Amino acid sequence: MHTTGQILNGSEIFFECLRRENVEYIFGYPGGALLKVYETLHDVEDIRHILVRHEQGATHMAEGYARSTGKPGVVLVTSGPGATNTVTGIANAYMDSTPLVVFTGQVPSSLIGNDAFQEADIVGITRPITKHNFLVKDVKELAITIRKAFYLATTGRPGPVVVDMPKDVLAATCAFEWPETVEIRGFKPTFKCHKNQIEKAAHKIAKAKRPLLYVGGGVITAEASEELRTLATKYNIPVTMTLQGLGAFPGSHPLSMGMLGMHGTYWANQAVNNCDLLIAVGARFDDRVTGKVDAFATQAYKIHNDIDPTNVDKNIKVDLPIVGDSKDFLASLLEEMPEKTESHELWLADIEKWRKKCPLSYSVEPDSLKTEFVIEEVSKQTAGNAVVVTDVGQHQMWTTQYYTFMNPRSIISSGGLGTMGYGLPAAIGAAFGIKDRPVVLFCGDGGFMMNIQELVTAVYCKVPIKIFLINNSYLGMVRQWQELFHKEKYSFTDLAESNPDFVKLAEAFGCKALMADNPENAKEAIRTALAWNEGPVVVDCRVARKEMVFPMVPAGGAISDMLLARLNPKTMV
Amino acid sequence: MKHIISVLVENRFGSLNRVAAMFSARGFNLESISIGETEDPEISRMTIVTRGDDQIINQVLKQLNRLIDTIKVTDLTRQPHVERELLLMTLKLSKTTQHEIFELINVFKGKVVDIKQKSITIEVIGSPDKINTSIDIFKPYGIKELARSGVVAIHRGE
Ligand SMILES: Cc1ncc(C[n+]2csc(CCOP(=O)(O)OP(=O)(O)O)c2C)c(N)n1
Ligand SMILES: [Mg+2]
Repeated sequence: MHTTGQILNGSEIFFECLRRENVEYIFGYPGGALLKVYETLHDVEDIRHILVRHEQGATHMAEGYARSTGKPGVVLVTSGPGATNTVTGIANAYMDSTPLVVFTGQVPSSLIGNDAFQEADIVGITRPITKHNFLVKDVKELAITIRKAFYLATTGRPGPVVVDMPKDVLAATCAFEWPETVEIRGFKPTFKCHKNQIEKAAHKIAKAKRPLLYVGGGVITAEASEELRTLATKYNIPVTMTLQGLGAFPGSHPLSMGMLGMHGTYWANQAVNNCDLLIAVGARFDDRVTGKVDAFATQAYKIHNDIDPTNVDKNIKVDLPIVGDSKDFLASLLEEMPEKTESHELWLADIEKWRKKCPLSYSVEPDSLKTEFVIEEVSKQTAGNAVVVTDVGQHQMWTTQYYTFMNPRSIISSGGLGTMGYGLPAAIGAAFGIKDRPVVLFCGDGGFMMNIQELVTAVYCKVPIKIFLINNSYLGMVRQWQELFHKEKYSFTDLAESNPDFVKLAEAFGCKALMADNPENAKEAIRTALAWNEGPVVVDCRVARKEMVFPMVPAGGAISDMLLARLNPKTMV
Repeated sequence: MKHIISVLVENRFGSLNRVAAMFSARGFNLESISIGETEDPEISRMTIVTRGDDQIINQVLKQLNRLIDTIKVTDLTRQPHVERELLLMTLKLSKTTQHEIFELINVFKGKVVDIKQKSITIEVIGSPDKINTSIDIFKPYGIKELARSGVVAIHRGE
């Protein structure tokens, strides 16, 4: 470690700052604008650099690391194409509020604006998809900018921050100063919830006959699962979760209703339709949750807690907005709550009725493998304790239905942006962050090919991820919409003719590979894969091809218009 | 409804772009935007004129606040404030219209900025309404070119 006051060049300052931010891993890829940084990196021993195979992979890895650990993910890429390759990952992190700090090399200051070789205006390009971004114009500004970037990425509602560093700034020298504190006058998130509002909320909860907790990723970010569990169990309030909220409340608990929304459970959506009090915590009323907004929770008094004021009254008008940190919200609420509330026996009985009426179900046949079976079996064999990563598509929705999430920070999935290709790199990143729990990936055959190059990274770093390739040889989710809503015109979604042999492909990367095509050999393959810790393993699960995910609320439909099954979509009450 | 929003922002490269880009990304109406330094050289004041119902304006204010470079966001619409706009306009000039034009400049308390054989450039300062009216009134004389500054506005002092 260098001391403050020492004369250092920009690259040395860069690493010095990362040390002080306790960075363990950098996901990066070198290039012309970063040569000085990689020169310094050659002798850095206390920060591990993971060489990815595509910069998009680096951003998703950083995100997997960040979501599994709660720490910011760090990316380092060169100017121009290196920087533009990170755009999808940055947008993904922005939509899912993941703390990332993305460092981009830039052409020398004197050439900026001249269409220089490998120049791209990455600050301009990423402005609408970052929480904030910076161009460092002077080496004297580098340390304070990095300090601010980490502070912004991790404070309040987290998000990605880009720091663009011109080549000359990285080579120039100055006395190194580490600012112990950081002050940004335009950034003052509200952590503490308003006391009056909390009192009102407690009062409403005490009086409600049919209350429902609707929990999002904010509860996980705020590390507020304990408080949530106390509130729900002490007062018998059922809990439904968003994709990012799964695991905030243990999935096996009788009060857990699973996920709500487009592919949520029937009983969770019925509960939303019928509750008289909806308590939204760290959630943002996304359109995949609400369906048609006019028909959403129409009988309910709505309380909404979120750290970001822009989320309040954006999609749905609420009755009691409470801006603040979700942990503070839940903890303050617990202090204000009376010992006893209305009994919710009848309400819980209604929910039980709905649960019995339309349970999640699928058929097990001896010579056909169902995705649901694979996921449920992995859930059983890992006792719900794995870190589960998904890609985007049908397998993702089935994962929310059939994996029983027991702990927070257990699902890592691209929610807001729905980025195919996210899963494999995100799983690798998660495995760098989490060593004491298995990291499992469910990935579609379409999405697997979108960042397949990162299998190299997993192999050479011996990352023990368990990849369950849900191979239906279809872009399954698109195929499902084609069947249901687009006259069965299966336009460009059948991959059977073009898909590679995934077992051979994985083996060519030096990866262990297995195949399963029925429940029996799938069970066995899952067992083998979970026991294999010398590196990644791919299980090519050749699943039934034309299955569909139900229940389903058609896009823009009211959640009471839920489709329950393929053949009788109108069996709803 | 029309709203006038005053925003203090860091006087930094890109601040204006962040605000303008946010308006377009979120589909908010942006009628005019003006920016200039304040008494503190590190801070600029932006005056934004936008339209929307209460829910939209609420979002506009919150989204503005959310930008890291914004320091203070005030909706001046329902508070005592003064708003002014500057109009620069070049009109055709002839012997027959000359007299009437000078009369009208007086009516609008405008000023002559430049005068040539066949044209005259004038400035008018006032509320956007006054500016609109003056444009309408001068139109028949032949407007060769015009430029409006967009509104600037400020709280009335105590
Ligand atoms: C980058 C990207 N391109 C396109 C889409 C649109 N899309 C959503 S799901 C899907 C199909 C995914 O197929 P696959 O990976 O095989 O998963 P499955 O649905 O079959 O489980 C597509 C094309 C997307 N979400 N992301
Ligand atoms: Mg598929």
